[in-house]
Amino acid sequence: MIRVLVAKPGLDGHDRGAKVIARALRDAGMEVVYTGLHQTPEQIVDAVLQEDVDVLALSILSGAHPTLVPRIMELMREHELNDVLVLLGGIIPDDDVEAMIQTGVSRVFGPGTDTKDIIDYIREHVRRDD
Amino acid sequence: MISARELVPGIVAGHKRAIARGLTWIERDHDRGRALVHLLFPRAGGAHIVGVTGAPGVGKSTLVNRLTLTLRSQGRRVGILAVDPSSPFSGGAILGDRIRMQESVMDDGVFMRSLATRGHLGGLSRATFGAVTLLAAAGFDVILIETVGAGQSEVEVMQLAHTTLVVLAPGLGDEIQAIKAGILEIGDAFVVNKADREGADQTARAIRGMLSLSRRDVAWVPPVVKTVAEQGEGIEELVDAVNRHRQYLDESGQWAERRGALALHLIELAMGDWTHRAIAQAQRNVDWSAVMEDVLSGGADVEELARQLLLQALKGRNHEP
Ligand SMILES: Nc1nc2c(ncn2[C@@H]2O[C@H](COP(=O)(O)OP(=O)(O)OP(=O)(O)O)[C@@H](O)[C@H]2O)c(=O)[nH]1
Ligand SMILES: [Mg+2]
Repeated sequence: MIRVLVAKPGLDGHDRGAKVIARALRDAGMEVVYTGLHQTPEQIVDAVLQEDVDVLALSILSGAHPTLVPRIMELMREHELNDVLVLLGGIIPDDDVEAMIQTGVSRVFGPGTDTKDIIDYIREHVRRDD
Repeated sequence: MISARELVPGIVAGHKRAIARGLTWIERDHDRGRALVHLLFPRAGGAHIVGVTGAPGVGKSTLVNRLTLTLRSQGRRVGILAVDPSSPFSGGAILGDRIRMQESVMDDGVFMRSLATRGHLGGLSRATFGAVTLLAAAGFDVILIETVGAGQSEVEVMQLAHTTLVVLAPGLGDEIQAIKAGILEIGDAFVVNKADREGADQTARAIRGMLSLSRRDVAWVPPVVKTVAEQGEGIEELVDAVNRHRQYLDESGQWAERRGALALHLIELAMGDWTHRAIAQAQRNVDWSAVMEDVLSGGADVEELARQLLLQALKGRNHEP
């Protein structure tokens, strides 16, 4: 059973996209922990730790990814959560993708990504087998 | 790969990473999860296990958040397990109880885990029983279990909890639902949440009235507490009721009895698991067309056949597939 945390860091005003992803992952047979809006990096990583998820899916629309993502990844390393697959979605300009990958994010999904691609990616890349 | 025995010290010391990994083993039904529960069971007697049940949306998660904050202010460590339903179609689940618990879970004295039912009926997941054992052994003084908000038949929590809180909201018909669902019988305390809404007094009165007619234990009259979980109103009184119930269980000798009853329930659950595995194995290994033939021609008695197949499947097996 694949467990995923869908998290929305920062001050984004709505979470429609995140909920669409959460439902798609559930319908693909995954267990999705959803924590709602306005999460701090500390809250997110603490939830990853306690829920022991295989995947962290971040959704950021606000443009704050250059500060939020490095902080989240730093905390992930501090807690030795290195086997968690981290995905980033929302509105991430093409020019920023490489920098995000450098922080340890596995893959950036742009707006309009087919949820099926995300599901396939997760199934292929989850690092922890049962 | 580390063993169950190696994980025990980290769990007993209350390290979040060890606790989280142990819970995962228990949920994924590893041999290691089973070994872990076995090792930890003798250390798990001290925690006060409190069930929180009630219909969807009555405010169980919001209440758990508030209860946790108040218990923490009393210096107690709190473990939380929140169960949400798995989809019967995909097997997946959305576990959303954490949304309402954000204030309380970022604290070293608190550990919260979301669980999906994975087909288990009764408002809990199968792993909840092992998970409670682990959290108790990890030194959490109080363990709050939020059941699935099914509105009825989530009565299994009373097998596991020392104290069961039944949460209702004001509104016509809720009391009637309560009787139908049989939850009057399972509550050690009743919470009328959303007391900021109209009709809370009326609901509380109705519950008290019905309780006076159907009391199971004359020595403990379940208190009915009004709360506004969103604002934190009535929480101290509720925590007080929970603490008084623990004291009552202690003094009446029921605390010790409950642990025996729990052990028994665990054995029953495990017997059920073995039976299900045996059925699954028989379904894989038996030549069903021959069996069917035998039954249709009147040769075999279905009952006797079932007994034999079950015994055959169980024989010589001492571990899980
Ligand atoms: N008016 C009012 N609303 C409340 C109160 N407590 C909780 N709510 C709201 O009720 C809704 C449901 O609250 P939850 O705590 O998620 O309820 P729940 O019983 O855990 O729900 P499920 O887990 O889905 O069964 C939320 O929108 C809360 O903000 C209260 O005391 N008064
Ligand atoms: Mg809830």
